[in-house]
Amino acid sequence: MSWFDTFIEKTGIGKKVPKAEIIWTECKGCKEQIYIAEIEKNLKVCPNCEYHFRIDAKERISYLINPGTFEEHDQDLTSADPLKFKDQKKYKERLKSTEKKGYSHDALITGSGVLGDHAVELSIFEFNFMGGSMGSVVGEKITRSIERAIEKRNPLLIVSCSGGARMQEGIFSLMQMAKTASALRRLSEHKLPYISILTDPTTGGVSASFAMLGDVILAEPGALIGFAGPRVIEQTIQQKLPEGFQRAEFLLEHGLIDNVVHRKDMKQTVNKLLSLLKNTPIAEAVA
Amino acid sequence: MQILDFEREIFALENQIQDLVSLSHMYDSVGDISDEITKLKKKLRHMKHDVFTNLKGWQKTQVARHPDRPYTLDYIERIFTDFQELHGDRHGGYGPSVVGGLAKFDDQSVMIIGHQKGRDTQEKIKRNFGMSQPAGYRKALRLMQLAEKFDVPIITLIDTPGAYPGIDAEEKGQSEAIATNMYSMINMKVPILVTVIGEGGSGGALAIGVGDRILMLEHSVYSVISPEGCASILWNDKKKIEQAADALCMTATDLLRLKVIDEIIREPLGGAHRNYKQAAIGLRKALRLNLKALIQFSPEELVQKRYEKFRSMGVFTNGVG
Ligand SMILES: [Zn+2]
Repeated sequence: MSWFDTFIEKTGIGKKVPKAEIIWTECKGCKEQIYIAEIEKNLKVCPNCEYHFRIDAKERISYLINPGTFEEHDQDLTSADPLKFKDQKKYKERLKSTEKKGYSHDALITGSGVLGDHAVELSIFEFNFMGGSMGSVVGEKITRSIERAIEKRNPLLIVSCSGGARMQEGIFSLMQMAKTASALRRLSEHKLPYISILTDPTTGGVSASFAMLGDVILAEPGALIGFAGPRVIEQTIQQKLPEGFQRAEFLLEHGLIDNVVHRKDMKQTVNKLLSLLKNTPIAEAVA
Repeated sequence: MQILDFEREIFALENQIQDLVSLSHMYDSVGDISDEITKLKKKLRHMKHDVFTNLKGWQKTQVARHPDRPYTLDYIERIFTDFQELHGDRHGGYGPSVVGGLAKFDDQSVMIIGHQKGRDTQEKIKRNFGMSQPAGYRKALRLMQLAEKFDVPIITLIDTPGAYPGIDAEEKGQSEAIATNMYSMINMKVPILVTVIGEGGSGGALAIGVGDRILMLEHSVYSVISPEGCASILWNDKKKIEQAADALCMTATDLLRLKVIDEIIREPLGGAHRNYKQAAIGLRKALRLNLKALIQFSPEELVQKRYEKFRSMGVFTNGVG
């Protein structure tokens, strides 16, 4: 049993319904009924239409990092609720109920690990934690991850999956954009590579800061990527948006990202890019 | 002039005083009417003071968005001399929602850059209501790089509802433009003095908002999202604007308390739109003092301090560790 499976078992994620009842699921891409085991086997990509299902941070780590090499950092950072924010519900309560669902790392997991041939510093968004929104904890964790990359002279990898800034932290969430962009500037001066991976969705303050500052920017097929959300744009311009607007392929066509990369090729692609950037030999295949 | 809800009483009293004044001009024998006028004027001052020192988030937002509020070009005209506007991002974009150029501030050359809203309908459309396309931010960056090259301090004035959410803006890389500006501003080897003069709308504000000192005019606001946007997303109710504005802590007083900004610049009683000249004098004084302080630092010190300023933004707890 992998550590990821252990994690799933411990937290009980996905176990609310008896297994026998959820054998099939409708694919959001092709609308076909797909056997769940087939999707799981296929890195959570639809075997029929290549639709990339959203995955959580732990799964992402298992797809990218060599087994047994991931070491998590700063897992104890938690939001201090500086504005004492309350909408229909207290922010503190929102945080607590999210943690009860088994996501206790705020919206980002950071750590060190080995990707193929390269020791890397890694930041991976957890969309299940308040839509992957960026508040002080996310900004601080990313900044520390960048600083660790500088200290250890390792490349940096950030996998974005976020609706943007966390409104409940007001101006502090906004300032995380400036903070992370500033730290990246330092990384760049140390000539260390930063690969930015964009997954569905990457919007708002996350898109308009570190996500778009990669030395190389890769995106998963079909990922929604943009500054403003499609609904906001539709309301503003009062017309329907064109098909495929703000999808990874659209961004590629408009010169905004380097490549669209299938989930199964992501690790290999990043490994190759790092070898090319660092001028080291390229391994034949990466497990 | 547009009258805001909470200003009704003030305007009624102002009208009453005006009527009495014209009356006193018409007749010589109105007796002690001038005493009455003096009394009412005093009452008006107190009333204005009471109302305007206790404005809540949503009321401040309305003042910050007041159609008669002075905009960037109004301040430039009153504070600087020899303004030479410079245009274009050099990549096919004009960027009319942001204005910028070189000017003299006292005897010092400065690069002044600010969002520009429109005054009449035609100009509002031309300026896209102060909501910039990527070209505006790229123009701003080009001008800042020009300033850095010639060792000229940068002054930015923030007044935008936000970056423009549109198809072409996305196609041309709105996110990249904003991100690149922050990434570049943090490292500029010249002083950068930032002032929010009206609306500080999210990423569109930050795109010219990374500096050594962040000042705010008394009735300006600065927020990650508009109260309207916040109300409709978090409350699912567009009417909860006032609650959202309060919750977001978007006033200058809130942000000074949270240590996100450095200084509040007083506005004339009743708001900057009531007296452009006095508003400009207040801003000029604050800019002068802060610029004088910043010029003392070496480029390396500036960059280091600016980095530390933004590095320390955020509030969290360290759990058990
Ligand atoms: Zn499918």
